[in-house]
Order: sequence, then C-alpha cells, then structure tokens
Amino acid sequence: MSRFVIPLILFLALVVFLAIGLGRDPHVVPSALINRPAPDFALSELRDPTKIVTPQQMRGKVWLLNVWGSWCPACREEHPYLLEIARSGAVPIYGLSWKDKREDALATLSELGDPYVLNVSDFDGRVAIDYGITGAPETYLIDKNGIIRYKEVGQLNPEIMEKKILPLVQELNR
Amino acid sequence: MRSCFLLLLMFAIFPLLASAREAQSSAADPVLEERVMNLSKELRCLVCQNETLADSRADLAEDLRGQIREQMKAGKSNKEIVDYLTARYGKFILYNPPVDPTTYFLWFGPFILLLAGLFLLFRYVKQRRKLIIEEPLSPDERLRAEGLLKAQGKETA
Repeated sequence: MSRFVIPLILFLALVVFLAIGLGRDPHVVPSALINRPAPDFALSELRDPTKIVTPQQMRGKVWLLNVWGSWCPACREEHPYLLEIARSGAVPIYGLSWKDKREDALATLSELGDPYVLNVSDFDGRVAIDYGITGAPETYLIDKNGIIRYKEVGQLNPEIMEKKILPLVQELNR
Repeated sequence: MRSCFLLLLMFAIFPLLASAREAQSSAADPVLEERVMNLSKELRCLVCQNETLADSRADLAEDLRGQIREQMKAGKSNKEIVDYLTARYGKFILYNPPVDPTTYFLWFGPFILLLAGLFLLFRYVKQRRKLIIEEPLSPDERLRAEGLLKAQGKETA
C-alpha cells in the first residue's frame, strides 16, 4: 500500500508547487522600499516646467504616485480607472511621467483626460531608478510622513483598490 | 516606388545610427566601461530576468548601466553601487544570490535532497541484505553438488 501512497504524496506536492509557480507573476519583484521613506526628488512639473516639485510638498497627505508614459499601452488601459479614482476623491493621484516627451505626455492627458493632481517629468528616468521601478505602470502609496506603504506593479484595478489600497488609505488617514 | 526606396534607405541607415550611439559611450573611457560591464555581469536585468544587466538590451537595463557608470565616475566603489541598487530593487537584482535566510533553501536544498537520497539508498540496501538468507546445503544437496563437480572434472580432463 505505502508503495503507492508515498509516490502519490510526492507527486501531489510537486503539483502544488508547480501550480503556485504558475500562478505567480515573475515580474512582480517585491519592493525593497516598503516602509521606507520615499526617495527624494526635485523634478519640474509637466504643465509648468518652471515649477519644481518635491515629495516634501505632499507631507501631511496620503497620496498615490503613479508611474506612467504615453509610450506605454498598459498605462493607456489603466487610464480610465485612474480617472474613476480621481472622480471618487478617495485619494489624490500624482503622476510621474517616465521617460516621456513633454508634448506626448500632455497630448495623452488632453486626449484621455487628466486624473492627476499634477505630474512631474522624469525625462531621463533617474528618479524612476531611485524608486526601484521595473516597468510602467507602477503605483506607490505614500503616507503623511513620506513613507512608502504599498506598491502595485502593473495596472490598478477595482479589486486591488478595494482590497488593498483603500483600507490602507483609511488607516493612514486616521 | 519612391516610398519603398526611402524605407529601404531607412533600414540601411538605422543600424549605423544605433551602433554610433552605442560606440559613443564605450569609446569615451574604456577602463571605466570595463568596470561598468564587469559589475553589470553580476546584476540582473529586471525586465528580462534571465539575463544579466550586461547582456540585456532592455531600456531599463541601459538606464541602470548609465546609473552605474555615473556613480563610478563619481568615485563610488562597487560595493556602494550594489548597496544602492539592492536598497531600491531588493536582493533580486543580484544575479548571484547571496547566502541569507531567504535563500538557505536555494543554496542548501540540493544538499539536503542528496543526503536524503543517500539515506534512503543506504536503508534500502540494508533491508535487501536482510532478505538474502544464507541457507547452508543439506547433506543430500552436498552430495549431489559434489557428484556434479566430479562429472564435470572428468569431462574437461
């Protein structure tokens, strides 16, 4: 009897491991920055490049930092949902325009609508590296003290928003 | 026809442009470039994860190499640069995983499996040995065997 049971158990264990492996997205690298201060930057604003924006200006606010580019199809797909979040007023979204041309980014915003409180331009992608970004879109949740509390690699959707981000926002706003 | 020619021309010129752009950064300082490439070989490209930063042609990899180059120019040591990158991208960026609690299974798992295999093999062989029962020949059998041996002896003689 045990001649069959042991290999069967081993086989089932293998199946479970493989199933877990299949369900995982290898591109989601766990962020090393969770519960660390959001890296500093001083970038020009997208609409008014003479204005310099730093994360210190968002102190006292719980906010999302959404990394996007007009060149990124997944960001276009995400865009309508960002507009929805902005309309709901649940949490302000700031944009990091990643390796984009200013006119392309502005054109995308006037075409699809603008969910952002404001955008900063990271033309050379240096700040993106500081934030450990591997692709767009990526979104950070940053608390009142400028600490990164959550990172979503890939598009935001209602499920992630309701299960992960909004409860955190409520908790952090308390 | 004309647009076709233009298209061909574009294809012909494009590789030249591409190589010109690449050559520029490496020609500037070959010693520095070698250092950049050597360090890049130890780091993982996060876009195509089975490639090193040195091998990857992904945009982000290029940016990361640029960042490494810049920090080297600023006089940072390899360790400082690696620390900078792991603080942002985690240990996953190290192509050669370090030995720490999260990677114990990766490093020692195969040896544990090897030991488990040796243990099972040893047990199996020991069990088998028990199954082999050495039974001495009965007097009858002994006589028969001797008879057979003698008969064979005569044949060969």
